[in-house]
Amino acid sequence: MEMTGLPMIAAVSGSDVDFMVHGLIPLRFMGGQVWITTTHVTTLIVMIFILILAAAARKAILKGSEKPAGVQNFVEMLVETLDGLVQGSMGRHWRPFVNYIGAIMVFIFISNTSGLFGLRPPTADYGTTLALALITFVLIQFSAFKTKKLGVIKELFEPIPILFPINLIGEFATPLSMSLRLFGNIMAGTIMMALWYGLLPVFAKLGIPAFLHVYFDLFSGAIQTFVFAMLTMTFIADKRGV
Amino acid sequence: MNISSEAFVLGCSAIGAGLALIAGIGPGVGQGYAAGQGAAAVGRNPGAKGDITSTMLLGQAVAETTGLYGLVIGLILLYANPLIGRL
Repeated sequence: MEMTGLPMIAAVSGSDVDFMVHGLIPLRFMGGQVWITTTHVTTLIVMIFILILAAAARKAILKGSEKPAGVQNFVEMLVETLDGLVQGSMGRHWRPFVNYIGAIMVFIFISNTSGLFGLRPPTADYGTTLALALITFVLIQFSAFKTKKLGVIKELFEPIPILFPINLIGEFATPLSMSLRLFGNIMAGTIMMALWYGLLPVFAKLGIPAFLHVYFDLFSGAIQTFVFAMLTMTFIADKRGV
Repeated sequence: MNISSEAFVLGCSAIGAGLALIAGIGPGVGQGYAAGQGAAAVGRNPGAKGDITSTMLLGQAVAETTGLYGLVIGLILLYANPLIGRL
């Protein structure tokens, strides 16, 4: 059964159990065929939503007053919470990393909760989570290299040189486990929701899915956002060794 | 009884996916133990509830990794089966 167009970006279409990534538009790229998939479309929607939020926050801050109220109050609370979180787990050198942590937290949280609006979450695609984890991996190594210079390479041969392969595998296991953790949790929620909507009779779809959405999308999404950010901060601070 | 080789591979893959998800036992026990210890810690020192909760969640997330590897292997066997291509 082949369907195209906007209905395919929904997590569930019709009565079929359907939670996989769908190709929407074929493209020729370097001799091979690649697809614009549902992930790209939902990522674009998430990006537009974040841009609208950012514009609203900027507008509220620009005409802000000494006594904050409304949107300004909310934005200031968010930023203060984020600053406290990053400072609490990274210590003295937290300032350069707070922007990155804030950006990935906003993106992952809105991606995870986009299942509430009937979209297929972009983080339920391994491509998205692997990209996020690789950015974090580069940041971990780069910031460690900036503080310790060649000590990073020397550390791979400690405590004894014969452990070098195991240390190397350990370094590359970090992005793998981070990406698989986020992907697995969100994908499991997506599959559970698709099974519930696709397999059960119609009376089971009234009311009960609300609780499932609260658990799988809101609770699990928020926890995984927090965990990804905390692990990023812990790994960066750990590798820097300051 | 004749079974085509594709059906045999698909059936064995389904059994393998089920077996892979046995990996969920370990994280379940581990996360429950971490949550219990976290509750005990909050009972002893209610003032440190925030720190205890975030440490507990971080530990649980790391403990969950092995279970998620099992889940990913199950998903690969069911939806992106690499063994069918080998026939």
